[in-house]
Amino acid sequence: MQHILSVLVENRSGVLSRVAGLFSRRGYSIDSIAVGPTEDAAVSRMVIVVEADEEGLEQITKQLHKLIDVIKIHDITKEARVERELALIKVQADAQNRGDILQIVDIFRAKIVDVAEKSLVIEITGDTEKVDALIQLLRSFGIKELVRTGRIAMVRGMRS
Amino acid sequence: MPAIESRKQAVFLRGGEAILGSELVVTGAEALIRCLEAEGVEVVFGYPGGAVLSIYDELYKSNLRHVLVRHEQGAAHAADAYARATGKPGVCIATSGPGATNLVTGIATAYMDSVPLIAITGQVATFLIGKDAFQEADITGITMPITKHNYLVKEASDLPRVIKEAFHIATTGRPGPVLIDVPRDVTTTSFPFEYPDVVDLRSYRPTYIGHIKQITSAVNAIQKAKRPLLYVGGGVVAAGAQTELLLLAEKMNIPVTMTLMGLGAFPGEHPLSLGMLGMHGTAYANFAASHCDLLIAIGARFDDRVTGAISRFAPSAQVIHIDIDPAEISKNVRVDIPIVGDARNVLAELLPRVSAKHHKDWIEQIDAWKKAYPLEYQEGSQPQTIPSAEGVDDGPVHPQAIIRTLYELTQGEAIVTTDVGQHQMWTAQYFRFDRTRQLITSGGLGTMGFGLPAAMGAQIGCPQDLVICIAGDGSIQMNIQELATIAQEDLPVKVFILNNQFLGMVRQWQELFYEKRYSYTALKHSPDFVKVAEAYGITGMRIKHAGEMLSTLEAALAHQGPVVVDCWVCMEENVYPMVPAGKGLDEMLGLGGQ
Ligand SMILES: Cc1ncc(C[n+]2csc(CCOP(=O)(O)OP(=O)(O)O)c2C)c(N)n1
Repeated sequence: MQHILSVLVENRSGVLSRVAGLFSRRGYSIDSIAVGPTEDAAVSRMVIVVEADEEGLEQITKQLHKLIDVIKIHDITKEARVERELALIKVQADAQNRGDILQIVDIFRAKIVDVAEKSLVIEITGDTEKVDALIQLLRSFGIKELVRTGRIAMVRGMRS
Repeated sequence: MPAIESRKQAVFLRGGEAILGSELVVTGAEALIRCLEAEGVEVVFGYPGGAVLSIYDELYKSNLRHVLVRHEQGAAHAADAYARATGKPGVCIATSGPGATNLVTGIATAYMDSVPLIAITGQVATFLIGKDAFQEADITGITMPITKHNYLVKEASDLPRVIKEAFHIATTGRPGPVLIDVPRDVTTTSFPFEYPDVVDLRSYRPTYIGHIKQITSAVNAIQKAKRPLLYVGGGVVAAGAQTELLLLAEKMNIPVTMTLMGLGAFPGEHPLSLGMLGMHGTAYANFAASHCDLLIAIGARFDDRVTGAISRFAPSAQVIHIDIDPAEISKNVRVDIPIVGDARNVLAELLPRVSAKHHKDWIEQIDAWKKAYPLEYQEGSQPQTIPSAEGVDDGPVHPQAIIRTLYELTQGEAIVTTDVGQHQMWTAQYFRFDRTRQLITSGGLGTMGFGLPAAMGAQIGCPQDLVICIAGDGSIQMNIQELATIAQEDLPVKVFILNNQFLGMVRQWQELFYEKRYSYTALKHSPDFVKVAEAYGITGMRIKHAGEMLSTLEAALAHQGPVVVDCWVCMEENVYPMVPAGKGLDEMLGLGGQ
């Protein structure tokens, strides 16, 4: 099962490789990891999506806790949350099919952020399913390049 | 940097240290030494080089004892063993690049056995990091998986905090090695020095006190059990919980089995002691584990060498697991009653809550196993011995007999270090350890070459104690250069090389599981160890056959200084009992008695 861990870490050099290294050496695979600053400059947040059963997840969480730079771990898999991912997709496009592509982009409320003679760059934000669906539809035009940020997530409402 | 200028001025004034207002201004190197002194460090094991020149210059001026080893691996093992023998953190130091990478095996050894080790490495100057500079190695990257934590110090003024934290992290919770990488320019930069009194780490708060609800559940389980077994490991030693353990075992009449790391946590000669369990454990310990209805694991981690096939381990037992590391709970086996906390605290809480019990049937069953399957070896079962030059042969020396005799001659008082292999297992079996920190051996990593430098570290940590190293003819050659350190420091360690002309433990597996195809396990061209010892200025002795054993062992133990004894033993003796890989603990080969 996929789990989403929201992990607060000390914003120190090397912390990402400590976390990533832990996953690989303990044999857990990361589906995605997104890292960035938080409201506190000394602290970063990692949103890690990992495939594991309950026992595996328990081990991952405990092992993560043992890293001195890890401050807090929150498994938000079961929580009501907002989840977003951003993708940039470069598709092959010429005068003939440009219109079709634009239509799809419109439906998905995505954006064209670059237009060239033979390609378009599309930006999409949304949950993973939405991003997957758009990519699926654009495949037939020929995707030349694809970049995804990995998921970020936030629990809804206020925590007591 | 104004600090550098004030330093210059001050050198004019005072020569040694600089006082600016009320502030003490020192270089990174000087700060480092002051921090070590503030931590109560008495000795560092190390080896110099370019990146640590300034640190060595401060060592030259300071009163801190530095032991010059002959290979950085020796420094790491010696510091590790110093820690294991004394309970205080051990400190080693090496230069950047190859110096640092030479520490790696030693750090990994300490990590696997949860030893508080501080490794200080030099690093190229900060402005050269990442440029493949001369003798640059990313040692914090390399040691990330084998340290509890590590630091690359980029600002000299961070040094005091980092060192304070490093000692705190290494010695608290589940102990472990911490590495501090110090770039060369950091050692020469001056700054106002102040050693912090407290550590402030919001993300590191080990749990020492067991949860009372869990303790109550454990009390009930213990009170109800008919066939309880205490299974204890290095965590009991680290926590200093041996007294509480003894009290609990005696009050409740619970037999005790120990892991390799736990040997000595419970007196080996105590009637409730079952010795070691696991792959080369005693038959009665392994049977007890297989038949108990309650397994009380304390500071032990259910290692595969202990459990054998995990599905067959303690199949009918409820499991209580007391450990300071929450990640150990339910890592390898499902635990019914986990208690996270310091073993000593938890046992102290448990003790008054249980009421005395005698498990008559269970104890009788165990005594019957002890009688039926004693730990023994068969005299004369192995005719092969290294042919003696004089043609005298009154029978081969059994390696087990050497351990047994050393145990008797020392009345079990010595600190014993070992290498890794058969001799290590025989030591665990035939030397009955009565107190903690008496057996110093590489358990988790199984590092050949550990024994000799470990003996050095233990002897320096415990100068009053008799320190014995039981080595293999293979293992000893992995760090034999440390004989020079032993001679230099005049450490009166007694080294016994159980010389079977084989990588014995591997040969045993080849004999049993690879139809005696001895693929590259014969050691034919070992040097004359007596002459090697003498070349280092150390007394060498030799035992060639059984008749020489007792007198030579006595002479070696009575010898004032260091001594190396080359013991020619049966070449193809095996360690039994043995649980083959993948089998259950009750499926042992080579049971004695019957
Ligand atoms: C550094 C290292 N390399 C290889 C091994 C694998 N190994 C385990 S025991 C052993 C044989 C040890 O031989 P020796 O030191 O002569 O001891 P004996 O088993 O003969 O008592 C070997 C090669 C190891 N444990 N450590």
